[in-house]
Amino acid sequence: MAIDKSINILIVDDYKTMLRIIRNLLKQLDFNNVEEATDGAEALAKLRAGNFSLIISDWNMQPMSGLQLLQEVRADAKLKSIPFIMVTAESKAENVVAARQAGVSNYIVKPFNAETLKEKIEKVLGHG
Amino acid sequence: MAEAFQRAAELDERLAALRARYPEAPVEVVAEIVQSILVTLHGDLSSREASLLHEVEELGQVIVNAKREIESLRVDEITDRQIPSATDELDAIVTHTAQATESILETCETLDDLASSLPQPYGAKLQEATTRIYEACSFQDITGQRINKVVQTLKRIEAKVAQIIATFGGEGEAPPLPESPPAAPEGDGLMNGPALPGAAMDQSDIDRLLASFD
Repeated sequence: MAIDKSINILIVDDYKTMLRIIRNLLKQLDFNNVEEATDGAEALAKLRAGNFSLIISDWNMQPMSGLQLLQEVRADAKLKSIPFIMVTAESKAENVVAARQAGVSNYIVKPFNAETLKEKIEKVLGHG
Repeated sequence: MAEAFQRAAELDERLAALRARYPEAPVEVVAEIVQSILVTLHGDLSSREASLLHEVEELGQVIVNAKREIESLRVDEITDRQIPSATDELDAIVTHTAQATESILETCETLDDLASSLPQPYGAKLQEATTRIYEACSFQDITGQRINKVVQTLKRIEAKVAQIIATFGGEGEAPPLPESPPAAPEGDGLMNGPALPGAAMDQSDIDRLLASFD
């Protein structure tokens, strides 16, 4: 079964250029329903107000980091089953382990390529 | 220290001269006279204590000289001009490369729109090229984070230098040191930014680590 390309995706990064890059790469993969947030708190508000099927988030953000956002999402009965991909420059083993323990679905290290993004999306949406 | 040794040698010479001049005088008597002179010079101090006192005085002079040398180096220029100027330059690099990246992305988006109207295989080829450009543009995020780390380091050096000036120059209070970045994923989970090549895991290492949890 093919992936439903009409799903709502929330991308979270405090760096607007990175949001633009991810949005364009998602568009090339035919994902056109993409919303943006620039920190964890804004993302959480959008998630609670909307109907998202995938979260792609950076780690280093203030006032709420990507890890804190992940913890909030996993603690929220309505949001906890949404696949969560962390996209970050933090690439030490302890970062990956901390994210995994918090319930991350997959982890992409920056800089990344379009193929990696596609592969991880397919995997967390159950088609990998 | 060298001066102390020189003085000890001079003392030996003088004692030898005294013995030659007054061969009848017992060594103990000469020592007693020397001890009496030292006590007169340094109050109740023994010769050993007087020697120590002298060395402490010498050390004090070394510190005074070091203070003068540090003052003459004009280290305040580092905190007043050089480091602020370096951080401004780095900020300008981030701003200009961000503007350039935005322009590149805008152009790429135009090419992407054009790609969908081109016959194959030209449309696919063009989109493939824009994908590579999008990927390459993520350098801006990484370099921005790296430069930010350098700026934070410069600010710490600036504060340390200011503390040295305040300690030796005695002019005003040193500014507080900026906080060190957290070293581990604790608290709010803010991290250290990109690691240098070879110092962290690549995507395949991360995939293997994640797979080990399944």
